[in-house]
Amino acid sequence: MNDDEVLKELTEIFHQIFDDDTIVLSRQTTAHDIAEWDSFNHINIIIAIEIRFKIKFQIAEIESLRNIGDAIDLIQKKYKAS
Amino acid sequence: MTEATVDWQSLVLMAQSCSGFTDMLKLDRVLRKYYGTEPPEGLSSKPITLAMLGSASVEHLLAGLRVGALKRGLWLSTYTPAYGQYLQELFSPDSSLHTFKPNTTLFAFDVFHLFGIAMGISPEAQLEAACDKIRNAWHLAHKNFGGHIIQQTVVPQFPPLIGNNEHRLPGSLYWLTHRVNERLRSMADEEGVDLLAIDGRIMIDGLSNWFNPILWHMAKQDISPAVSPIYGDLAAHLIAARQGRSYKCLVLDLDNTLWGGVIGDDGLEGIVLGQGNAQGEAYLAMQRYVKALSERGVILAVCSKNDEANALLPFEQHPEMILKRSDIACFIANWQDKATNLREIAHQLNIGLDSLVFVDDSLYERNLVRRELSMVAVPELPESPSQYPYFIAEQGYFEALNITPEDRERSKQYQANLKREALKLSITNMDDYLRSLEMELRWQVFHRTDLQRVVQLINKTNQFNLTTRRYGEDEVLALMTDPQSLTLQLRLIDRFGDNGIIGIVIGRSIGNGDMMIDTWLMSCRVLGRTVEQATLNLVVSEARCLGIQRLIGEYRPTDKNSMVREHYSNLGFIPMETAREDGRTQWTLLLGDFQAYNTFIAVKDTTDER
Repeated sequence: MNDDEVLKELTEIFHQIFDDDTIVLSRQTTAHDIAEWDSFNHINIIIAIEIRFKIKFQIAEIESLRNIGDAIDLIQKKYKAS
Repeated sequence: MTEATVDWQSLVLMAQSCSGFTDMLKLDRVLRKYYGTEPPEGLSSKPITLAMLGSASVEHLLAGLRVGALKRGLWLSTYTPAYGQYLQELFSPDSSLHTFKPNTTLFAFDVFHLFGIAMGISPEAQLEAACDKIRNAWHLAHKNFGGHIIQQTVVPQFPPLIGNNEHRLPGSLYWLTHRVNERLRSMADEEGVDLLAIDGRIMIDGLSNWFNPILWHMAKQDISPAVSPIYGDLAAHLIAARQGRSYKCLVLDLDNTLWGGVIGDDGLEGIVLGQGNAQGEAYLAMQRYVKALSERGVILAVCSKNDEANALLPFEQHPEMILKRSDIACFIANWQDKATNLREIAHQLNIGLDSLVFVDDSLYERNLVRRELSMVAVPELPESPSQYPYFIAEQGYFEALNITPEDRERSKQYQANLKREALKLSITNMDDYLRSLEMELRWQVFHRTDLQRVVQLINKTNQFNLTTRRYGEDEVLALMTDPQSLTLQLRLIDRFGDNGIIGIVIGRSIGNGDMMIDTWLMSCRVLGRTVEQATLNLVVSEARCLGIQRLIGEYRPTDKNSMVREHYSNLGFIPMETAREDGRTQWTLLLGDFQAYNTFIAVKDTTDER
């Protein structure tokens, strides 16, 4: 799966979770850029990614995520391994 | 979706076809946007205000609860205190919880909350302490809010210490969890609490799907958000059941649903059913499950595209058939489309289409019924017939909270109804027919023993229901002790059997010798038998005993009760005023002038017979 494909899936997840189709994600997007992206929704996003890509994250991996770019890299790494 | 508004019924349909975690979250946002604070106008079910009181984090379960309720047509709003605050809020009358004033309270405790700090005392004492803690919470909720109390069973998140024979280490948290869950069963029954038995569901799904230690460590989530849609569905099943809104009737296709193959083509010897063949055993297992459902009160019907004689053949002659013709309350086999036949089944059984679950292996038939009759539940069956029973059970259509004697008799009641119909056809004069039924109306004031059935009727009856007022168990109990209220429950017996409780009347004295008929509802299956007239005779004589001089009846129109628009007019009431804007009408009857109606029913007071 290339960057764009993962980004497209992630965008869909964000559109659904926030019921907002105007959200545009880039590798630089962080929680600060989306008003409702709080710790509660953060877990929902993690779970949604796990379900969508059929992968499981470890605590250290979740804690290392700084932005969408990190998430894309991690998903690609885990997706390939699975 | 338009921005302006989304009507409730479309949201319900969206919820029913919604699958998956993010779909559910999105739908929950739409739901809250349009119906976040107020239920939709004209909602026929009682709005649910649910407080979720948990020891761990539970906020992530609320969306699933709201959407689960939506799937069953229920409007549910939620409240949960901040993390760790449930007990303080229960105690404090100034808390937001008390302002919210839930009519449904759901408790969820994690294993450490129940057992964490009790080191050093015996396992038995730990168990008792945990049970006391739970019971106290129930009592507080009951005292402060009344209503429906639900207890979630405890997630067995702590691993075993010695393994297979963990019961030999009674103090282990794993074993204590198991034991407290066991104790919850009897405690809940004693205290009138319903269980949300997620431990049973965890057995099916596996603990790793429900409990994720990472989420426990990160966010104190005892249950993973990933299963929150399932959690919400499970809760919604029992909330719907408490409102008397579970489905009543399982409508079955025949070919490739109850047996393999096509009876019309393959013949009696050709269909696949019975021992010695894996497919044949799978269909047997399906029949065994369906038979067991019917024995506990689910009505069975058949809806098959077949010549009737062919369709009946296996029921009459196949030696392996578990289901017999007499198990099927309504048997329809013809070449009409199935939507038409389902309407006919609902009509013959005198139940709503929204009480039917339609099971058919054919995608074409399922889609046709979904399109034509959106209120019928149509499960998307798994491919293999071996999975049918498990899949149907998982949907929770027939969730029941108690099995009343009436439930066990139900199948017989519907059989008796068909016999009545047959008799009607053989007698041409209606009066002769009614006389031949030898009807007896046994009545009494509301009795605790029948409370569940009374509440069920109040919340479920849509058609013959003059005011469609919905009351919970607490409200009904309050009415029973109010000397100004008249509460009548009516049971109809005839030569074919007991029809069960078929009518409810609630009257309230409002001063000046007036009594308002707050509620008058009847089961549609006894219509046209002069039960209305016999009921009015009874209401009048009981009202007279209370010194009442005038009855005031009210009709409040809904989408479903137009059949009783002229009810009071037909019974000789005088219209009180011109119709209001909402279509509501009021009617009066002066008791001084009232002459009792002639009916074909003997009326019998059974108040003192218990």
